[in-house]
Amino acid sequence: MESRRNPRAVVDPKVRQVGFFTSSQPESSSTQPHQQQTDPISASASASSPPVSTISPSGNSLSPVMIPPPRLNSSDTFPLRGAAAGASSAVSPSSFSYSNRRDFPDGSTTASPGRHSRGSFVKSSTPVASSLPGIGMDSMAAAKSSSVPASGLTTVSVATMPPGLAEKASGMEVQSDQKKNSKPLKEKTTKAERRAIQEAQRAAKAAAKADGGKVPPGTSASVASTSVKAAKPAKPSTQKNEVAVAAGVTEKKGGPSEKDRKKDAPHPRMQYDDESRVVKAKRRAVVKQTEAKNRVELFRHLPQYEHGTQLPDLEAKFFQLDPMHPAVYKVGLQYLSGDISGGNARCIAMLQAFQEVVKDYSTPPEKNLNRDMTAKISSYVSFLIECRPLSISMGNAIRFVKNRIAKLPITLSESEAKAALQSDIERFINDKIIGADMVIVKHAVTKIRDGDVLLTYGSPTAVEMILLHAHELKKKFRVLVVDSRPKLEGQLLLRRLIKRGISCTYTHINAISYIMHEVTKVFLGASSVLSNGTVYSRVGTACVAMVASAFRVPVLVCCEAYKFHERVQLDSICSNELGDPNAISKVHGREDINYLDGLTNNANLQFLNLMYDATPSDYISMIITDYGMVPPTSVPVIVREYQKEHLLV
Amino acid sequence: MDFQVVILAGGFSSNLVPLVSKEVPKALLPVANRPVLSYVLDLLESNNLKDLIVVVEGEDAALKVGGWISAACVDRLHVEVAAVAENVGTAGALRAIAHHLTAKDILIVSGDIVSDIPPGAVAATHRRHDAAVTVMLCAQPVSGPSESGGSSGKDKTKKPACEDIVGLDSWKQFLLYIAKGTEIKKDTRVKKSILCAAGKMELRSDLMDSHIYAFKRSVLQEVLDQKPAFRSLKQDVLPYLVRTQLRSDVSSDQNNVEEIGNGKDNMQNNEVVLSQILSNASLPSFHQVYESGLDSRKTHKCCVYIADESKFFVRLNSIQAFMDVNRDVIGDANHLSGYSFSAHHNIVHPSAELGSKTTVGPHCMLGEGSQVGDKCSVKRSVIGRHCRIGSNVKIVNSVVMDHATIGDGCSIQGSVICSNAQLQERVTLRDCQVEAGYIVCAGGEHKGETFARK
Repeated sequence: MESRRNPRAVVDPKVRQVGFFTSSQPESSSTQPHQQQTDPISASASASSPPVSTISPSGNSLSPVMIPPPRLNSSDTFPLRGAAAGASSAVSPSSFSYSNRRDFPDGSTTASPGRHSRGSFVKSSTPVASSLPGIGMDSMAAAKSSSVPASGLTTVSVATMPPGLAEKASGMEVQSDQKKNSKPLKEKTTKAERRAIQEAQRAAKAAAKADGGKVPPGTSASVASTSVKAAKPAKPSTQKNEVAVAAGVTEKKGGPSEKDRKKDAPHPRMQYDDESRVVKAKRRAVVKQTEAKNRVELFRHLPQYEHGTQLPDLEAKFFQLDPMHPAVYKVGLQYLSGDISGGNARCIAMLQAFQEVVKDYSTPPEKNLNRDMTAKISSYVSFLIECRPLSISMGNAIRFVKNRIAKLPITLSESEAKAALQSDIERFINDKIIGADMVIVKHAVTKIRDGDVLLTYGSPTAVEMILLHAHELKKKFRVLVVDSRPKLEGQLLLRRLIKRGISCTYTHINAISYIMHEVTKVFLGASSVLSNGTVYSRVGTACVAMVASAFRVPVLVCCEAYKFHERVQLDSICSNELGDPNAISKVHGREDINYLDGLTNNANLQFLNLMYDATPSDYISMIITDYGMVPPTSVPVIVREYQKEHLLV
Repeated sequence: MDFQVVILAGGFSSNLVPLVSKEVPKALLPVANRPVLSYVLDLLESNNLKDLIVVVEGEDAALKVGGWISAACVDRLHVEVAAVAENVGTAGALRAIAHHLTAKDILIVSGDIVSDIPPGAVAATHRRHDAAVTVMLCAQPVSGPSESGGSSGKDKTKKPACEDIVGLDSWKQFLLYIAKGTEIKKDTRVKKSILCAAGKMELRSDLMDSHIYAFKRSVLQEVLDQKPAFRSLKQDVLPYLVRTQLRSDVSSDQNNVEEIGNGKDNMQNNEVVLSQILSNASLPSFHQVYESGLDSRKTHKCCVYIADESKFFVRLNSIQAFMDVNRDVIGDANHLSGYSFSAHHNIVHPSAELGSKTTVGPHCMLGEGSQVGDKCSVKRSVIGRHCRIGSNVKIVNSVVMDHATIGDGCSIQGSVICSNAQLQERVTLRDCQVEAGYIVCAGGEHKGETFARK
């Protein structure tokens, strides 16, 4: 996680205050937390446990003891802080283990407000999401009223409801169903937890009022990440853990409260090798997820499911997912079946589905549009994540949508708010995706000269548009389409290019070193560009870029700025996506070709079908974006400026 | 989800003649003492489909069906019954209620199926492909001999080898060809353009059209309007749509043409780019490839959903099927019946009276208030409510409906005794059907006969 790399303000703390304090100390620490924070000695401790006194009621009762800071790198939760605090070396083993233990409950208590507020957020979403008006019902009712006299359609059975409510019958039933579902969840919360929730909400309100957005992202990030980790060894009530997992999902969304602050942090991704959490996440899942058996050890932390089990199950539940909007459902199905792939297309499909959602939305009684809609979008997003992990571009788009919802003035009427949102989403699609592509094309075309041999890999949207535009400008160039199994996306690009009369060569990535001799420029697409200039893209891109740079061929990456992310990633292991392992062991559509027959279930054989890789910035000459052509080192600037513009407009 | 469900419950089917009568339309034929329609309604209800339109042929039948539904499903379902004229066919029935259809897509379910295949799956496939029509195909049911009914296997009527012949593309997603197996004599015609576009076609005879369809409403209504001669959904409308999928006359939602005509330049340009990005993102189906090859051709997609083989599916469309489905519902597929079975795998209603030395074997059902005399033996049979069965009666592989009376010493094998029928003493029936209210004279020995009043 990038958050851990954030340099601490404290360089060499000599004494660390954890656990038991002297009678004078705790007073000061509890009454004047600010002072404590300014104190360089205890700052490192405060990072993990600033609001101890305010939140954990037990914090005051403990007898105070001063102990030297532990060497934290041993407790693997805070390795970097340990390094920072590493100056003090003399640590008695007893105090060391002690502080360690003390650390965890502390961490968990400090973490609880954040998590609980998020938890309440999630909880509120479930009943809300259910109250989608029964569309079929309404239309049916309309049909009935209009047509009963016209022909022999006789209503023989009506679900008995109070007459006024008859039209909303389906909605009501669903709601009651949902209530049933959500009840056990509610019962689990203990008194202390409820109190913590309440307090957290109060604190959040206060923070929002006092413009809490100013907290430096680094600290909040570290709090978030440590809290999630710290919760593990502490006695985890099921409720807490579930919420913590849910936090991974809703983290990014950021409501109007203190989540705003945390939003900037990269959300703690769910680690799929953490079994207890996976089990809990599965219980909530809409899509049935059967974990694949033979998984590569290094990529255990990524989700991988038995392919082919999810789709039929989700299809079978088509009519049972009432709270799901049909448009969202359709997009989810398309993600799951692979009918829509590619960053831009997935993002556009999702946004268009959200537009539909907004169009059909009506605020339930006694609910606030901003909150309710945010909750609803969150539930849809978690459904989409179950269908396929989000791409970074989608994450940014979701963040944009949520932000627009949160910033809607309360004075707007419902229809106005809906119109505003719809036009916002429309604007995002037009400006940030299509408009950006146009600008990229304009920039990139200047780089194409007559006689060029351009190489591209896969089927990037932006590059395709560039090539077509250059062809329209009557530039004379040749295109090398490099492709790879199993998706063979390049063939689709090839088909379209040839139809336009562009001269092409098609080859597979195996031949890249041979074909690179004749290439003059390499154009690549990207799924995301990270703030250290790393390009996160379709697997194989790194290989192409590396070979190109070895041959001193310029590598130009075309990427819309909305795909930029402030995350830093050095390898493609910690965050990636695993595809269907069958895709590489079989030939799609040809059941008869099966060279690995009989081996697929062998325990010693593991299939690895990675979807993305990370190309280091060294191999990239230029990134072409809607803000012009920049070197990879300038990405952080764009991220900073762009985020501001895009989120706070 | 913007789906409307239409159940085509039929009327008095001629295939089932001695069983159905003025009193009992097809939809109300009892399967394990419940009308067959209730299985469909349960299936739909379990899938959260609660607004249904039931189309029944004939006013009388509609009244009967409506009466039953209102008694059975009140409070649970929102059902509307439409009566259409008799012999208009399935397409005609839909034409008659066309003005009630308002949703984007229509799910059409035959009223005579007993199945546990979730209809949602068809709907989901339909939506995912944005198809004009989606057909559910399922494996041919095992008719006649099966594990539980082995003894009666050999003398069951032989079924035609294949009911439907379907042609699928290599991904098994699209329907390229469909015909009834009985219609194909020696040779058949397949559209060359479809073959060329799809590249490869897989012809299969082991799949059966399950009469569960999802139609795009606009397409369905247009076809019904344009082709007044079409009578049957399966035999006319569906083959027509499949045949014309590459030169579509129906305007499915091709509103791109209108959009180009109006609007500002910039916006429209964006739209085009947008749709292009979306369409480029996915693997084009052969429809799109074909469309792009020839300009100004419109296509529509005909998709299939192939149900899992482990799922149960039977259509009650013949007397044989009636026997099969009764046998299966209390036998292999007893999860469908909704009853809880005793330790002996049978259901004997507590109010039923059994004489001494009478045995009721596994896979049997004895309805409420029935009386069975001494020394009887009941095997793999369904006996309805308030039947009176004398002593020394053997009933094997049979269905006895409500209020039937069976005299002493009868032997019934593989037969259907309809309600209120009476069998006098020592009648031996084998593979017979006895119409409702018919009286079979004493001492007769019959094989493969149908008893009905002329």
